[in-house]
Amino acid sequence: MLRVPIPEGPDAGLFRVLRDDGSADPANDPFLSPEQLGAMHRQMRRLRVLEARMVVLQRQGRVGFYGSCTGQEATPIAVGLALSPDDWVFPALRESAIMLVRGFALTSYIAQVFGNSRDLLKGRQMPSHMSGRSVNQVSWSSCIGPQIPQAVGCAMAMQRAGKREIAVGFSGDGATSQPDFHNAMTFAARFAAPCLIICQNNHWSISVPTAKQTASATIAVKGRAYGVPSVRVDGNDVLAVYVAVRDAAARARDGGGPSFIECVTYRMGAHSTSDDPTRYRSNEEVESWARKDPLDRLERYLRRAGLLDDAALAALDDELKAEVERAIDEVEPAPPPSREQLFEDVYASPTWPLLEQRAALSQVPKAESPH
Amino acid sequence: MPQINMVQAINDALRLAMQRDPRVLVMGEDVGKVGGVFRVTAGLHEEFGEARVIDTPLSEGGIIGTAIGMALYGLVPVPEIQFSDFIFPAYDQIVSELAKMRWRSGGEYSAKMVIRTPVGGGIRGGLYHSQSPEAQFIHVAGLKVVCPSNPYDAKGLLLASIADPDPVLFFEPKRVYRAAKGEVPEGPYTVELGKAAIAREGAHVTVVAWGAMLYEALEAAHQASARGVEAEVIDLRTLWPLDIDTVVASVKKTGRVVVVHEAPRTCGLGGEIVSLITERAFTHLEAPPARVTGFDTPFPYTTELDYLPLAHRILPAIVDAARY
Repeated sequence: MLRVPIPEGPDAGLFRVLRDDGSADPANDPFLSPEQLGAMHRQMRRLRVLEARMVVLQRQGRVGFYGSCTGQEATPIAVGLALSPDDWVFPALRESAIMLVRGFALTSYIAQVFGNSRDLLKGRQMPSHMSGRSVNQVSWSSCIGPQIPQAVGCAMAMQRAGKREIAVGFSGDGATSQPDFHNAMTFAARFAAPCLIICQNNHWSISVPTAKQTASATIAVKGRAYGVPSVRVDGNDVLAVYVAVRDAAARARDGGGPSFIECVTYRMGAHSTSDDPTRYRSNEEVESWARKDPLDRLERYLRRAGLLDDAALAALDDELKAEVERAIDEVEPAPPPSREQLFEDVYASPTWPLLEQRAALSQVPKAESPH
Repeated sequence: MPQINMVQAINDALRLAMQRDPRVLVMGEDVGKVGGVFRVTAGLHEEFGEARVIDTPLSEGGIIGTAIGMALYGLVPVPEIQFSDFIFPAYDQIVSELAKMRWRSGGEYSAKMVIRTPVGGGIRGGLYHSQSPEAQFIHVAGLKVVCPSNPYDAKGLLLASIADPDPVLFFEPKRVYRAAKGEVPEGPYTVELGKAAIAREGAHVTVVAWGAMLYEALEAAHQASARGVEAEVIDLRTLWPLDIDTVVASVKKTGRVVVVHEAPRTCGLGGEIVSLITERAFTHLEAPPARVTGFDTPFPYTTELDYLPLAHRILPAIVDAARY
């Protein structure tokens, strides 16, 4: 007979602000000003427009790849608005746009997608792997998870410097199966690092649903065993994410250590432009999540509050589409980076093997561009 | 000048680097109070405190992952991986992240650090305390790889590695950690990265070696001399980018070359060195380049002296090359 009781700790429900009827739960409402709400809405709407346009560019053969965050805009926008300029961001695939919220130029962002000579990364990375030192954002690598302990280490350095800065590291639900997630949690808690680890649980790791990813009842519960305060937030509720991030950030700045935030959301599109989700998930499921769309939720709230109407929304959309179109028109004609740039930045100064290889490449005709 | 061993010389270099630059910190498993399992970091915890000499959780991936974050922010971590056999949980962080950080960010970011790790066999450590994985890091663009053979070089190369702008893997040959002694100046100095040393001059055969096997190459050269063959022994010191000019100049003089390393033969650094020599000095070669290496097997416990390329295996290779 088993004598040791096995506790079954209930997992707290989702933290929410926005109710289905478009009202806000006054107990959790951050009471943002109309200007703040307008900025939040504009950023979310712009991201929706941008992602749709980038996917079309890929379909037209004008860019090679794109991984869109459509349906998951609430978290990157809320995080971008909740952070301070000196904070650092280590995104996963679907949070690159945080840098746009924090002042990175849309033209530079789109140039990264084209990978041409306007791209600060010199055409070296696939699209959707942006980074920018001007906004303290480091790119993820396509390998899943390495950025999470890097964010923790960055926070450990901030702690040593005695600053009130924080670092934020992101993962998806799949990345919580990786050793790097475990390492990040272990180090974050052990050193009380001023960081946030945020998981966008979008229910799918390419074709594998969360239910087949882990037997854990939730993602948030994974943080608790490490000693990291962990919460579960409605990731399609931009105000809820904003409150959760703002509070966790304040605690971290005050020496209260790390937090883990699970943002429950849904990947409305394909994993990337190389993926066909109709092969593994049902239309019914996608439709059920479409009814919880994060942009619709915020707009319902804004309309109810008298801050938005059809005419304003149409005008905003026209303006944002024109802004994105202008940025594309500006950067698309730029020539590709020179092939000699391949050999730069491998080391601070090129080593003799690189100089030899560069010289050898310069002796042969240029390869035909695949794009 | 005081005679000290490699453990003391590396410890001295770490202390000097930490005294001179507040950004430098040491982190790893057991590096704090106990001073590391080989005592290389002994006394640093007392002198610099636990904020700069960090006993980490037992996770190599976590050590390097967090060290990258620190380095991005501007610190200069010197993480220790307790044995280079244990480095593989951190392999993705090293090869996918650390090595590529500068390049993938268009030069905006770099993650400067020196990863110190004991390397090689000869301490009866079996297959997980004995391996020599240097080629697996040289094959990755963006890393520099160093392996000193003596206390003077160990101190000067470590200080040069910490000052260098690129990430460096610093392999410490544990078989000679205490056996290799020599005069080491007090105070800071550097030994330039990318420069080999001629450990023994000779006209007949070039022998390229590094780390603990340098002493086996020198012993074999000594024995070859009794048979009338004078070997020139090159201590490579920096494994990548290696000092190709010194190696090729020697081979052009001797026309014959033997490369020695502990790592398995296939795709080892010896193969690359032989290729570089063949490309640059083909018409000077009087004999097929030879490799004396570990075998394409895991590293053994009981029969480790048969696995290692000791002097008794190097000697016939030298003599054969000379008489070819």
